[in-house]
Amino acid sequence: MKLTKLLMAIAIITTVSFVSCKPKDADIKAAVEAKLNAMPDMIKGATVDVTDGVATLGGECKDDMCKTECEKAAKEVKGVKSVVANFTLPAPPPPAVAPPASLTTTLDAAAQQKVKDGLKDIKGVTVTFEGDKAVLTGDVSKADRMKIMQMLAAAKVKSDVSKLGDKK
Amino acid sequence: MALQEKYAELIQSATTIGVANLAVAEQDGVLHVSGTAKSTADYDALWALYNKIDPNMASGDLMMNIDIKADAGAQLKVTTDSTNLNIRSTPTTEGAIVGKAAHEEIVTLVEKTDDSWWKIKTANGEEGYAYAQYLSPL
Repeated sequence: MKLTKLLMAIAIITTVSFVSCKPKDADIKAAVEAKLNAMPDMIKGATVDVTDGVATLGGECKDDMCKTECEKAAKEVKGVKSVVANFTLPAPPPPAVAPPASLTTTLDAAAQQKVKDGLKDIKGVTVTFEGDKAVLTGDVSKADRMKIMQMLAAAKVKSDVSKLGDKK
Repeated sequence: MALQEKYAELIQSATTIGVANLAVAEQDGVLHVSGTAKSTADYDALWALYNKIDPNMASGDLMMNIDIKADAGAQLKVTTDSTNLNIRSTPTTEGAIVGKAAHEEIVTLVEKTDDSWWKIKTANGEEGYAYAQYLSPL
């Protein structure tokens, strides 16, 4: 009997102390949230969880200094015993892709040679070079036209194919 | 901007099929597109789309410098119409012929010398430069 009473007493004390603790954690949480939300240029999507005075913080911090600042701000709130900071940093920007190389290539002798090399096996086509363009003349099949365009693109040579007709 | 709109379907398709390092820029009335397609099938699909958007590719307003992913050691199929592919000592048709690869023969990529000429090696050990147009990565 004595043991039962003792256990009951413990249960009641625990419940009472637990209940009395709860609003306190909730108050701390609200106070920490208010503080973090007051720094919108530092942290995005701040989350705060407080259990027995231990504040667990989350959200996206802009940098490492921001992490330290947010942690400090949370620690200053009355009732916070310790802080667990689980901040994330923004995802790094995707690697920069170099602009197309063909923007800056010129129709030099080497490029002209590549075009001539590529046309060697395609019959009925002649090429002249005018300005920065290869001007093609002749009649070709659809398959050969595709080959010519692919070859010119590989050689990064701009073209004028307005005089290129379809083989009848 | 107008050209980007004309070829919007092509650029969208290139993004969807995962062309690596896709770059698009418009300059002096020509849209430049570059990147690396994952496979020969993807490459062919993009060219078919180009031909559809700009019938016969007659406008000369697109520079589609797309290559196909192939690292050294990759297997390449010789895709000439029917003839042998010349293997040369230098990356130009001026180079001496040092070997030949048969139509549909499988050769090994040694190095992508540039977008037009690749160094290859045949199963017989013949090594030299061949015109990339006639080589399709498997």
